[in-house]
Amino acid sequence: MFDVAVIGAGVVGGLVARALVKNGMRVVILEKESDVALGATRANSAIVHAGYDAKEGSLKAKLNVRGSEMMESVCAELGVKYKRCGSMVVGFSEEDRETLAALLKRGESNGVRGLKLLSGEEARKIEKNLGDGVSCALHAPTGAIVCPYELCMAAVGNAIDNGAELRLEFKVDKIERANGGFIIGAADKSVSARYVVNCAGLYSDEVARLAGDDGFTVRARRGEYILLDKECGDHVGSTIFRCPSKMGKGVLVTPTVDGNLLIGPTAEDIDDKTDLSTTAAGQARVRALASEQVKGINFGKTITNFTGLRAGGSTGDFIINVTEDGFVNAAGIESPGLSASPAIAEYVCELLSGVGAPLKEREDFVPTRRPMHYFKELTQEEKNEIIKEHPEYARVICRCELVTEGEIIEAIRTEPRPVTVDGIKRRTRATMGRCQGGFCTPYIVEILSRERGIDYLDVTKSGGKSFLNISRTKEKLWKNNENANNSLHNKAKTVKNADGGNA
Amino acid sequence: MERKLTCIICPRGCDMTLYLDDGKLISVDGNACPRGKTYAEDECTHPKRSVTSTVRTESGRLQPVKTSAAIPKELVFACMDEINSVVAPDGLSIGDAVISDVLGTGVDVVVTGKAI
Amino acid sequence: MENVIKTSVAIIGGGPAGMAAAIAAREAGVSDILILERDDSLGGILRQCIHGGFGLHTFGEELTGPEYAARYEARVREMGIDFMLNTMVIELHKDKTVTAMSSERGIFTVKADAIVLAMGCRERPKGALGISGTRPAGIYTAGLAQKFVNMKGYMPGREVVILGSGDIGLIMARRMTLEGAKVHAVCELMPYSGGLARNIEQCLNDYNIPLKLSHTVTAIHGKERLEGVTVSAVDENRRPIAGSEEYIKCDTLLLSCGLIPENELTVSCGIDMDRVTGGAIVDGDRQTSEEGIFACGNVLHVHDLVDYVSEEAVIAGRAAAEYALQGGVAKGDLIKVKIVTDGKIRYTVPHILHKAEDTTVYFRVSDVFRDKKIVARLGDRVILSKRKLKLAPGEMETVKLSAKDIAEAKVGEIRLSLEEV
Repeated sequence: MFDVAVIGAGVVGGLVARALVKNGMRVVILEKESDVALGATRANSAIVHAGYDAKEGSLKAKLNVRGSEMMESVCAELGVKYKRCGSMVVGFSEEDRETLAALLKRGESNGVRGLKLLSGEEARKIEKNLGDGVSCALHAPTGAIVCPYELCMAAVGNAIDNGAELRLEFKVDKIERANGGFIIGAADKSVSARYVVNCAGLYSDEVARLAGDDGFTVRARRGEYILLDKECGDHVGSTIFRCPSKMGKGVLVTPTVDGNLLIGPTAEDIDDKTDLSTTAAGQARVRALASEQVKGINFGKTITNFTGLRAGGSTGDFIINVTEDGFVNAAGIESPGLSASPAIAEYVCELLSGVGAPLKEREDFVPTRRPMHYFKELTQEEKNEIIKEHPEYARVICRCELVTEGEIIEAIRTEPRPVTVDGIKRRTRATMGRCQGGFCTPYIVEILSRERGIDYLDVTKSGGKSFLNISRTKEKLWKNNENANNSLHNKAKTVKNADGGNA
Repeated sequence: MERKLTCIICPRGCDMTLYLDDGKLISVDGNACPRGKTYAEDECTHPKRSVTSTVRTESGRLQPVKTSAAIPKELVFACMDEINSVVAPDGLSIGDAVISDVLGTGVDVVVTGKAI
Repeated sequence: MENVIKTSVAIIGGGPAGMAAAIAAREAGVSDILILERDDSLGGILRQCIHGGFGLHTFGEELTGPEYAARYEARVREMGIDFMLNTMVIELHKDKTVTAMSSERGIFTVKADAIVLAMGCRERPKGALGISGTRPAGIYTAGLAQKFVNMKGYMPGREVVILGSGDIGLIMARRMTLEGAKVHAVCELMPYSGGLARNIEQCLNDYNIPLKLSHTVTAIHGKERLEGVTVSAVDENRRPIAGSEEYIKCDTLLLSCGLIPENELTVSCGIDMDRVTGGAIVDGDRQTSEEGIFACGNVLHVHDLVDYVSEEAVIAGRAAAEYALQGGVAKGDLIKVKIVTDGKIRYTVPHILHKAEDTTVYFRVSDVFRDKKIVARLGDRVILSKRKLKLAPGEMETVKLSAKDIAEAKVGEIRLSLEEV
């Protein structure tokens, strides 16, 4: 029996699992997908909010401010890219100015440091590309950016390195109370654990219901994004939000830790929790809103657009609670969920301790993990040392992002181990550049096939039935390999140096 | 009767007008060179196409091939069947025939590049 | 230091442009030339272009891509020109050094007297097209599908729609059909095709594949693998017309929506770029704004025929050789003629002329034009007028400027325009 089963391997599940392992728990992480970080964690704004947004006294406010404080050191331990680039909320009217003043007040009472109201002119001194209509701004120097799926992969990986187990394609459909604990079932499989933490994101209401709690619901809120080429990454230096108003919340324009420019999201409540489609209207809205906040965005440099689904809880606040017998909900984790995630993990540990879980910090816990991008940061000499031993570190597979075969193989061998092309993408950035895999996809399929011992045809883009290839050419030959070889070999009469039509 | 035809002999792709009488080509307009007229004549009587593809080699690699000349258009798919059922010995080089006299056309299927 | 290689002419890219430039440099008398090629074989993209249509200008016969490449590779080998395979150039510097990496040597430096950029181009990806809908497997650029089919022996799909009528898309429509797939349609946003007329004839018409001009894909359906696309007609402003939507069931969408010169190295080196071509700004020798750095082939501007790539590479290779042999002497400023275009002519290569010699100017037009004349003017004087029955954006055009006219223009402009007959 495990001490704790964590349901859901998103950023919250990952950090919760890591925190529990650190405190001596035997943890199993249950994930319905073929990889970690595939829910809300996969596609969001990647922002560590300063904490002026959430209502005073709410869990969101408390955990956001605490999480934001913890984030830098958590990222440092886990080798995750983090950048305190600051953020700015821009306004266009006197009314906006009043809203910003209120936000400043709220932020200060939430404990956010360094907030400052600026005039349009002052703001433009910091961000020269602000839209011409911008007349005021709230500057938050503690705002930061992080890569959410990298944080999740690193957290899960670090938890595994310290003894946690990860079960993929484990879609929980049953939770029973038995023998003073829980039996968690998925189709024909099951695990048992003394405690359960529900970090199932969009599906956390359904998981809660399996455990007898129907006190809340979670709705999908669709957000569309546009990602621009690295050439545009320095168009703004900090995250530019729009002042919330009658006109809505606007979008954000932000650099990413990898140097791209990210713009979005829209916000649309939808019923289908699997609808990751983008829409023409949504894309147009993102472009229009962003262009008011920041001028001169070159949308011609778009490399991809995508949709993320946020898990909007029915209470308006994070839903984090525990039953007496040890079932914890960490649900409704919408914005500022990423910012709060390290603090949510800490809070979940407190809740479990409160119901008697024997949490005790392990002395042998290794909190650090080698950054996934460590090879890139090495000096030329250091790289050459590695290449001497492992020449595959000089074989460039992804040309746009300069990812070598060595780095891809290493990603495949590092927990949590990827089995899909998108899994490789999220770990190494291969296929994520300008050509979006136009060149390197066949090579990545080959490496995955070889390293994981799966047939070339069985390699998928993102699990399930997302096969990249459907059949072989010359299928007949492959199907009747033996027979074909013999009979057809005779047929292949070779005439050396025949007239090849080249005369 | 008139028929419009784009010449496929070279990248210039001349837009030609064919003047026909009872299916027989009388004259051609729009062709920049005599090869256009020959092509037009062939198209009216017995259209031909070259086929390019790959064959599998004994060691399981792929080797690019082509028909050494154009073959009757209606045999293109049959020719693909032949190409897809053959296993080429390893070590062939450009110009070597993989299939001689494919489908009795008098045309060979020949290697056009290194096996990959 | 063993990690620095010195050479007279370094050539980045061993495709048709790089090989032709190397051969020309050798013929011009340079003994040490080094081609740096990132793939495991010379030949570049021609290796996967197993179809015919290459070499009519250069060799007077129709060759397939691998055959065309093989002829150049044979020359390179015969001449004993050095090349390094599996070698990726990661930095290019103004002092004519490049940083490269390979399994054999690790990360190393090549110091050259002259450099020829011949990195080729890549395809425009889906993201740049902004098609709405889901992001399932089954959406590939045409060239990626070509690689799967021709070089790996795998079929990326069976029921295919192609967006964009560029030549690679047309070629792949036929190739997929021959391998047993069903190609339902080729959609082209513009009212004309960007591909060669002969390819529409022999790749689409031969197999009854409909070419839907002024149509685009407006939505992608399917969660894991592609299940279908919505195709819509577009108006003259290329906006989808409501009500014209048609759902086509398919498992594969191939994109053939243009090629982009691969100029990351060029841009990071600070070389002046032409926004229209996406390539460097060059003079008649194909010399960039950085002295001693030349560019040719699809990295300079996307060509319609490989034969013209080779032609251009000869110019660049020869000039690079000259530069290297003269110990890096700069061109004088006596002649500096700018070629200015009228918009109907989108761009020219070269952009600027430093030598009074007969010069062929390559260009593309912005739309399909019928019966027009290409006019070159020096001041008010018409120095050239050439009538063309048909001009299309998919095809490169040329005019020849004479040494005399260039000498007369000196440091002025020659204006190129498309006018009524």
